[in-house]
Amino acid sequence: MEKTLDTKYTYTEKKDTRSGFGDGFLEVGKKNKNVVGLCADLIGSLKMGAFQKEFPDRFFQVGISEANMMGVAAGLTIGGKIPYTGTFANFSTGRVYDQIRQSIAYSEKNVKICASHAGLTLGEDGATHQILEDVGMMKMLPNMTVINPCDYNQTKAATIAIADHEGPVYLRFGRPKWPIFTPADQPFEIGKAWKMIEGTDVTIFATGHLVWEAVVAEAMLREEGISVELINIHTIKPLDTAAVLASVAKTGCAVTAEEHQYNGGLGDIIAQTLVRNQPAPQEFIGVDDSFGESGKPEELLEKYGLNAENIVKAVKKVIARK
Amino acid sequence: MEKHSTEQLNAVCSQVRRDILRMVHACQSGHPGASLGCTEFFVALYFDQMKHDSSFNLDGKGEDLFFLSNGHISPVWYSVLSRSGYFDTEELKTFRKIDSRLQGHPATEERLPGIRVASGSLGQGLSVAIGAALAKKINGDDRLVYALMGDGEQQEGQIWEAAMCAPHHKVDNLIASIDVNGQQIDGPTKEIMNLLDLKSKWEAFGWEVIVTENGNNITEVIQSLEKAKTLLGKGKPVLNLLHTDMGYGVDFMVGTHKWHGVAPNDEQLENALGQLEETLGDY
Ligand SMILES: Cc1ncc(C[n+]2csc(CCOP(=O)(O)OP(=O)(O)O)c2C)c(N)n1
Ligand SMILES: [Mg+2]
Repeated sequence: MEKTLDTKYTYTEKKDTRSGFGDGFLEVGKKNKNVVGLCADLIGSLKMGAFQKEFPDRFFQVGISEANMMGVAAGLTIGGKIPYTGTFANFSTGRVYDQIRQSIAYSEKNVKICASHAGLTLGEDGATHQILEDVGMMKMLPNMTVINPCDYNQTKAATIAIADHEGPVYLRFGRPKWPIFTPADQPFEIGKAWKMIEGTDVTIFATGHLVWEAVVAEAMLREEGISVELINIHTIKPLDTAAVLASVAKTGCAVTAEEHQYNGGLGDIIAQTLVRNQPAPQEFIGVDDSFGESGKPEELLEKYGLNAENIVKAVKKVIARK
Repeated sequence: MEKHSTEQLNAVCSQVRRDILRMVHACQSGHPGASLGCTEFFVALYFDQMKHDSSFNLDGKGEDLFFLSNGHISPVWYSVLSRSGYFDTEELKTFRKIDSRLQGHPATEERLPGIRVASGSLGQGLSVAIGAALAKKINGDDRLVYALMGDGEQQEGQIWEAAMCAPHHKVDNLIASIDVNGQQIDGPTKEIMNLLDLKSKWEAFGWEVIVTENGNNITEVIQSLEKAKTLLGKGKPVLNLLHTDMGYGVDFMVGTHKWHGVAPNDEQLENALGQLEETLGDY
């Protein structure tokens, strides 16, 4: 279906965003010798092996001990290091929430929490591993920056950029091979939303893997004469409030799209921003208060209502509410 | 329950190994390595040691209970549950597929008979087993609670919180085993995070510790579990260091972490199945 659509962004290759992280991690390691790495028995899954090989003295395998890893990372910052921790998103957040809260966020430590296998698209491992609450948990923490890039290139750029940002960062990425549709040489500015497509009838705010679904949805809607503005929210916190408000002032309504629970996600923070400043109708694409399950990524996105077709429906619904 | 002969039990093991391989092959995901390694242990529990009822009651009053903390080895558990009557073996086909009760990691949400708590995020199962054992004591239920953990899993802090808790509360109706296969995802446990002397550690925490030298010999596994029972009821929990080989039963999978969580392709499956007799009929 996607092939015959005239999408404004296209791809020739698919790659996992975790590989974007792994490649960016090696590059930032070469650029900045204060960058160090930690991993809890998932070096292969997180693609941290190249960095480990290149900088064995700056890399620590901590075994299956995520709570310990967060504490050790906090300690490393006290000697001026910039630690990047690596494990699955579930074990990077819920598992270690209090360790992050006290030793990292409250203590203002410069730790980069790098979290792979986020969301439903983790696939067959199922609900125990498919965290859909991590963005909520992390964005509630004072001092925490929350970033959820959309493809290999954006993840790589973000991985490099966060080293220059002083303060704790939650960087969320995923497991499946996904279209690479953003440029390799993109600048990555933390907290700056990227208007990918100009439009007038509705604004779609999308993050992570669902940015691609939104690109597809835009093409489908354009064929029906609906003009979509698509904004890529790679930084969920701090949110680019000015960009959000300017766009909705023009289009008059919003759809948010994310691989996360409605509760606590991007949709929440956009709704809060609109309600406080200029209320407008909004529809939410996200998981509706349920756990995930085992299955193939595309099957799960369909079953839980997170694909382009569902974005199209949400857009029509929100326009009718204007 | 009538006693099965060693021959019969080994025949079940062979079939369970076929099930494991066919399940992970069909969905091209899942964890064959330690599933194959722990086959004798599961068969010993469900076909010899435990008093259990396949009509399944979540509270399991008057029954022995089993908790799997290293939930990623769900294939061996699902196979053994179905082969002992908890659900139709045909359902093994649905493993890890959408809308299945056989989730990648054991779960209760889909109500699969035999599962009492979700696991998969490591380190949590022993604590739950302690709670269930305490409930049995409060209920005056003299049946036992069994638990299995991984050796890499010993690196989780919660394991040691549980290790301290059980002797303190005199949980002497609990037999916990550790699958000592020396392997975890990224490599051998010795290289990833050395566990050093597990026997001394658990003894220092107040447990009776026994060692099963060859956890892939069903007779030895049963002897260990029998011995464990004689140590219960005296104020201390029992810890069984169950030495196994990851990937046991398939020559090209044995003894390496490489098959921790990788599914065989068509050719590899055929090769592997050629090494394991079909004894009870494939699903
Ligand atoms: C809390 C947590 N951290 C990380 C993982 C990912 N993980 C799954 S299995 C595994 C290795 C477990 O090692 P071990 O207990 O020895 O099991 P084996 O490899 O022998 O099957 C890891 C790190 C997890 N499931 N849970
Ligand atoms: Mg192991």
